[in-house]
Amino acid sequence: MNATAKPSKLIKGATGDWEIVVGMEIHAQITSKSKLFSGASTTFGGEQNSHVSLVDAAMPGMLPVINEECVRQAIRTGLGLKAKINHRSVFDRKNYFYPDLPQGYQISQFKDPIVGEGEVIVDVSATEQIIVGVERLHLEQDAGKSLHDQSPTESFVDLNRSGVALMEIVSRPDIRSAEEARAYVTKLRTILRYLGTCDGNMEEGSLRADVNVSVRRPGGPLGTRCEIKNVNSIRFIGQAVEVEARRQIAILEDGGKINQETRLFDPARGETRAMRSKEEAHDYRYFPDPDLLPLEFDQAYVDALACELPELPDDKRSRFIADYGLPPYDAGVLVMERESADYFEAVANGRDAKMAANWVINELFGRLNKESKTVMTSPVSAQQLGAIVDLISAGTISGKLAKDLFEIVWSEGGDPNSIVEQRGMKQVTDAGAIETAVDEIIAANPDKVEQAKAKPTMLGWFVGQVMKQTGGKANPQAVNDMLKQKLGI
Amino acid sequence: MSDITRLTLAEARDALAAKKISSLDLTKAHIEAIEKARGLNAYIVETPDKALDMAKAADARIASGNAGPLDGLPLGIKDLYATEGVHMQACSHILDGFKPPYESTVTSQLWRDGAVMLGKLNMDEFAMGSSNETSYYGPVASPWLPAGWDADKGRAALKGDKKGLLVPGGSSGGSSSAVAAHLCLAATATDTGGSIRQPAAFTGTVGIKPTYGRCSRWGVAAFASSLDQAGPIARTVRDTAIMLRSMAGYDAKDSTSVNTPVPDYEKSVGASIKGKKIGIPKEYRIDGMPAEIEALWQKGIEWLRAAGAEIVDISLPHTKTALPAYYIVAPAEASSNLARYDGVRYGLRVPGKDISSMYENTRAEGFGREVRRRIMIGTYVLSAGYYDAYYVRAQKIRTLIKRDFELAYQDGIDAILTPATPSAAFGIGEKGSGDPVEMYLNDVFTVTVNMAGLPGLAVPGGLSASGLPLGLQLIGRPFEEETLFSVAEVIEQAAGRISLPQAWW
Repeated sequence: MNATAKPSKLIKGATGDWEIVVGMEIHAQITSKSKLFSGASTTFGGEQNSHVSLVDAAMPGMLPVINEECVRQAIRTGLGLKAKINHRSVFDRKNYFYPDLPQGYQISQFKDPIVGEGEVIVDVSATEQIIVGVERLHLEQDAGKSLHDQSPTESFVDLNRSGVALMEIVSRPDIRSAEEARAYVTKLRTILRYLGTCDGNMEEGSLRADVNVSVRRPGGPLGTRCEIKNVNSIRFIGQAVEVEARRQIAILEDGGKINQETRLFDPARGETRAMRSKEEAHDYRYFPDPDLLPLEFDQAYVDALACELPELPDDKRSRFIADYGLPPYDAGVLVMERESADYFEAVANGRDAKMAANWVINELFGRLNKESKTVMTSPVSAQQLGAIVDLISAGTISGKLAKDLFEIVWSEGGDPNSIVEQRGMKQVTDAGAIETAVDEIIAANPDKVEQAKAKPTMLGWFVGQVMKQTGGKANPQAVNDMLKQKLGI
Repeated sequence: MSDITRLTLAEARDALAAKKISSLDLTKAHIEAIEKARGLNAYIVETPDKALDMAKAADARIASGNAGPLDGLPLGIKDLYATEGVHMQACSHILDGFKPPYESTVTSQLWRDGAVMLGKLNMDEFAMGSSNETSYYGPVASPWLPAGWDADKGRAALKGDKKGLLVPGGSSGGSSSAVAAHLCLAATATDTGGSIRQPAAFTGTVGIKPTYGRCSRWGVAAFASSLDQAGPIARTVRDTAIMLRSMAGYDAKDSTSVNTPVPDYEKSVGASIKGKKIGIPKEYRIDGMPAEIEALWQKGIEWLRAAGAEIVDISLPHTKTALPAYYIVAPAEASSNLARYDGVRYGLRVPGKDISSMYENTRAEGFGREVRRRIMIGTYVLSAGYYDAYYVRAQKIRTLIKRDFELAYQDGIDAILTPATPSAAFGIGEKGSGDPVEMYLNDVFTVTVNMAGLPGLAVPGGLSASGLPLGLQLIGRPFEEETLFSVAEVIEQAAGRISLPQAWW
C-alpha cells in the first residue's frame, strides 16, 4: 500500500510532484441462470419487469434462498484471484430506502465475506508488471433500475436486475496511475472471463467500478479520498482517475482541503462532480440477515472446484513463453482472451509457433480490430490459418502471396490449399522457369546490367522485375541466387 | 344445527368419517355462528362462498374414501398468512387492498389435507401487541365476560367501543377469540414473543408454538424473522396436535426451515409421562405475581407428580434479561422487515411532493402507533454508534438464554413447567396506553422460549378468582413437541376441560 510510484508516473504540480493513489471496488455480475436468492432469470434486456419473482418484488412473507451456483462462482473467482476462501461467511442486510430496492435492504456480506485476501498480477506495459492486492470479495444483490423518462410526472421501476448476483471485488489502494487502473480492470476482467464467472460486458453493466482516488506527496501519508461511483468503461476509468487527481491537486495547491465524498464522472464534460449529499448520507444499519443461515462449506467442496478450474491467464502466458518460445509481450497479447489463446494454440499445434503467433497477432488481430470482430466471429478459422502457415513453411507460397491468400480466405472462405491450386498461386521453384525469366530481363536491360556490375545494390531492381514477370510466384531466394550468378556479382 | 360447532376438531373429524355429519352442514353452522358473532370482531374477512365450495369438495372426497387428515374441518386463518386471492393485510392500513397471488406454505398444507377456510382472523397490526388492540380493524373482544357482567352489558359494550370487555390476548387475538367462541374448530396463529400462548391462556384454549424451523415461514408476513413461528390454537391438546401435524414440515423455500420428519403428534396425546423429568425454574417466580398464578403453578406440579413425573427444581439464571433483550432483537428485525411497505408496489400509497415525502406520508399514515414505535426502536438500536451497545449485546444475552435451557436439558430435564402469563385477561383499553412496557410485561414468561427457539405450549389449568381462564406453559427440547403434547394432556385431564362461554354476543 505504501509503495511509491516510479518518478515517471508522478504528476508535476506547481508546487512539486504528486502521486496518485487508487483503490477500486469492482461490481461483477455473476454468470448464472438465476438470481442470487430467487429463481428468476438473469437474462439481460428482457421486457421490463418480466424477470421478477415474488421474492424480487419483496411481496409480504417472501424469503430468500441462496442459489448454490452463485456460491460456486464466487469461490471459483476467489481461487482465480489466489485468495483465501472463507468456509463460513454471513449475509447481512444493508438498509436504505429507494424505489429500485424493493425489500428496503440489499442482502450483502459485510463483516464476513466469502473470499478474503488475494492478488492480481497486472501487466501495465510490455516491460512493467505490478501486483494489486485484493482485500476481499463478497456476494450481494443488484438493485433494479429507476426509469425517469417514461412520464413527465412519474418515475417507473424495472426490477429485472433486482436480486441479480454481484461479486464486489475490493482492491487495496495499490494503483498509482490511470494507466495502472485501466490495466488492473483489464486483467481482472480477463481472469473473470477465463473463469466464466462474469461475462465482463461493461456496456450491459455486467462490470462496473467504483474508483477511490486520492493524491499525496510521493511516499507521504495517504490523502483524503473521493469515490467515483459506477464508472462503466475501462477508458472512462482511466479518464476519471486522471481528471479527479488533477482536480484534487489543484485544490491542494490552492491551499484547500479535499472533502471525502462520492462523485460521478461525466464523460461528456470530462469532469467529476459531487453527488448531492442526500444521496450519500446513509446509515445502512447493517445486521445479519435472519432469513438466511451462515453460508458454510468444507475444504473438500473448495478442492473439487479448484480441480475443475481452467488454466488461468498468468499460467497460460508462462506456458506460452516456455513451450512455444514466444516473447513475453506476444504471449501476454495472446492470453488476453481465452478464445484468442485457444485459437493460437490450434494454429501453433504441430507448426512453427513463432510464425503462428506472428500471423495471429499481426494479420488476424489487425484485421479483426479493423472490422470490430472478435476471434469468436472471425471469418478465418484456426484450421484455415494453420493451412496458410503450412503453405508458407513448405515453401509452396511466398509470404507476400500468403497475405493475398489470407485476404481471399477472409472474404470468400474456402480451403487455402485448393485456392492456391485453382488460382495458380504456387511459388515457382523450377530453376528452368526462373532462368528463362532472368535471361529475358537481362537481355532487355543491357544498360542496367552494366550499372549493376559497378553498383551491386541494383540487384534489388532486377529481383523486382523478375518477380513482376512471374506474377510474384517465383521463389525470391532462387531468383536472387540466379541473378547473382548471371550478373557475376 | 349450531350444536355441531361445539364439537372438538377430533370429534368433528370422527363424525365426518362415520358420515354422521357432513362438512357442508358443519361449515354452514360455523358460517352462521360467525355472522352472529360479528360484534366480537374476531373475523375481519369472511369467505363463506369459498368455505362452502371447499366443504362440498371435502364431502365428495370423504364419500369416495379419499379423505385427508383434516378433510371437511372448518378453520380460521390469521391475517398474517398469505391466502391466494383473499385479503391479506396483517391487520395494517399499509397493506390496503392487498390480495396475494400466492398461498403460504402452512395454509397450502392445511388445504392439501382437506381443511375448509372460513375467513381471515383479526390480530395485532403486524403481530405487534399482546391484546389485539393495535389492529387497524379495531380490537377483538374475548367471549369471556368480565366478572359481574351479564350478557346485556356485554352486548351493549360490543355495540360501543368495547371498553371494559376482556382482551383475547395478542397478537393472535382473533384466533383465540374465534376458537373460544366456537367460530371455527381451530385456527392458525403465529408466535414471535408469546402471540400464540398468551392468547390461548387468556381464552381457555390450547396453543403451541413449535420449535423454530418446524413450520415454514414462507408466505407469512414477517415481524421478527429469527423469532417468528407458525402454530395452531384449538380447544384441546389433541386438536392442537392434529393441527400441528398438517402445519409442520420442511420447506425448501424457507432457509431456516429444518428438514426432520413430522411425527404423528396425536399419538403422543395420552402417552404416559411416568418418569419424565419436569423442571420448575425458580426465576419464573417474579415479584408481584398474583397468588392465584402461584397456586395454579403448584397445582400443575402436583398433577404431573401424580401422573408419575419427577419434579426437579432448576435454574434458568438469565431469564430476567430475556424481555429487554427481546425488545431489542424483535424491533431491530422488524424495522428492516417492514421497510418493504413503502407505497411503491402494493398496498397504501399516500402521495407526496417527491419520493421521500411519499415514503414518509405513506408510512406515517399506513402504520399504527405501536408499529411505528417498534420501527423507531429497531432503527435506533441498529444505527451507527448504538449497534454494539444494543443489538450485539442483546444477541449475546440470547446466546446465554439458550445456554440456560441447554444446560437444563443436558441434566436430563424433559420439559419445563411455568405459568403462561403473569395474570388473567385484562380489559380492553386498560393497559399500555401510557407506558408500553406495561403491555410488554405480558410476554415475560413466553419470550424466553422464542429467544431460545424452543417449543412452548399453553394449556388451561383452571380459572382465576374472578372466573377467568389461567394457563400453564410447557417448554420442551428442540423438536420434541411430542413430550409437550403428552404432558399437556395430563394437565388437561387433571384440570378438567374448561367450560367455554355460551354465546351471549
